[in-house]
Amino acid sequence: MIMPLLDVRSLGKSYSHSEILRDINLSLERGEVLGLIGPTGSGKTTLLRLINLLEEPTTGEILYEGRAISSRPEGERIAVRKKMAMVFQKPIMFKSSVMENVSFGLKVRGEQSSLEIRERARDALEAVGLSGYERRDANTLSGGEMQRVALARAIVLQPELLLLDEPTANLDPRSASAIDCLLKNLAGGRTTVILATHNMMQCSRLADRVAVLVGGRLTALGKREEVLGWREKSDLRESTVPRFDLPW
Amino acid sequence: MEEIWSGVLQAAKLIVSLNPEIMGVTARSLVISFVAASLAAIIDIPLGGLIELREFFGKKVLVNLIQTLYSLPTVTVGLFVFLLLSRSGPLGGLELLYTPTGMVIGQMVLISPIMIGLTISALKGVSPQIRETAVSLGANERQVILTIIREARFAVVAAVLVGFGRALSEVGVAMMIGGNIRGYTRVLTTSIALQTSMGNLELSIALGMILIGISMILNLLLSRFQGR
Repeated sequence: MIMPLLDVRSLGKSYSHSEILRDINLSLERGEVLGLIGPTGSGKTTLLRLINLLEEPTTGEILYEGRAISSRPEGERIAVRKKMAMVFQKPIMFKSSVMENVSFGLKVRGEQSSLEIRERARDALEAVGLSGYERRDANTLSGGEMQRVALARAIVLQPELLLLDEPTANLDPRSASAIDCLLKNLAGGRTTVILATHNMMQCSRLADRVAVLVGGRLTALGKREEVLGWREKSDLRESTVPRFDLPW
Repeated sequence: MEEIWSGVLQAAKLIVSLNPEIMGVTARSLVISFVAASLAAIIDIPLGGLIELREFFGKKVLVNLIQTLYSLPTVTVGLFVFLLLSRSGPLGGLELLYTPTGMVIGQMVLISPIMIGLTISALKGVSPQIRETAVSLGANERQVILTIIREARFAVVAAVLVGFGRALSEVGVAMMIGGNIRGYTRVLTTSIALQTSMGNLELSIALGMILIGISMILNLLLSRFQGR
């Protein structure tokens, strides 16, 4: 049996008296794209943050390549975090150039020469359609451009696991479509992706499997056809995910 | 009033003629305070970063204490450092009393609370999401602190300038630790005090004008950095 890249077991997260996630169980094989869908406040972002080790779970455990990671010392957490990259819903830019922003992750890894880093950063910028933006001040870009820089900053690291939190939410349809193409290419390679999105069409285009998160609980998990087909049934639409605006 | 005007005119003449005494005192002041501010910055900026970015027991009390020390009387610092450096003190063997090095140490002690406190305030102004973004991209604690300091670089430079200004304009430490030795530890402030007590008003006013001029340049630089 092949060991999953990521194994989330009975994961729960609470803040004071508010329970955000409860009893989440899922696993991901290498190269797989998992679409994580759910209404606003369902806990998608929190789940991604827990997997990225930005927060510690209240209950349960996360296993990466079979090793429990969420309760490890910070040094080990950093080592695991370096295998991942996360794109936040609201991208934050460092007060520096686009090139500096995209190079950041490679620089902190310190594994390559500055020439190699610049080369890879340029390739990543080209991939997201921002060639020629290298010297621009990242904080003067539009929301959509920042989102693309954030995506370039993540893919330049060639992560094993890419965590995307609504990566096209701030983009116009044309840019969003270009990013979808990029993600589709990525998905064909060695990168494993978790894509949190409101956009069911995007999810159906990109995901191999789909997880539905409602009120902090995983209500469905399975192959895209199974879950999205199953969701078309009227009883589920009304009872489980009432706030979704289904496009079909 | 006439005496003051005449003093100002004489002082202006002394400055324009590049009087060696005045130039020497001014250069010494700038060098000692610059070294003190630079060394303090090397220690205090990372220290401020650690205090701001780490959570520990008593953090609030420590930050309050640091802020209280902003207005530490210079003579108190002078006394404290004097006791440390005097022959019978713990650092007496280093023979730093009445030396420029001793003055640097004294000024560092004096300006450290200001630099640490202003660094903490500067870093507080950086969005917590910057830290999170750096962490998520794989940065370790040292790299995160450096990233955040870099984000707040203009405010941090302003903190260093404030420290430099405080070091340059203080008199207690310079007098008690330096001893106001002519050509060796005599700086702008101690020289003004001495020349005034000796009735050399022209020289005092000239030195005062230079000190005010330096302060004005520092303030201009400060407002430039704070506006960014």
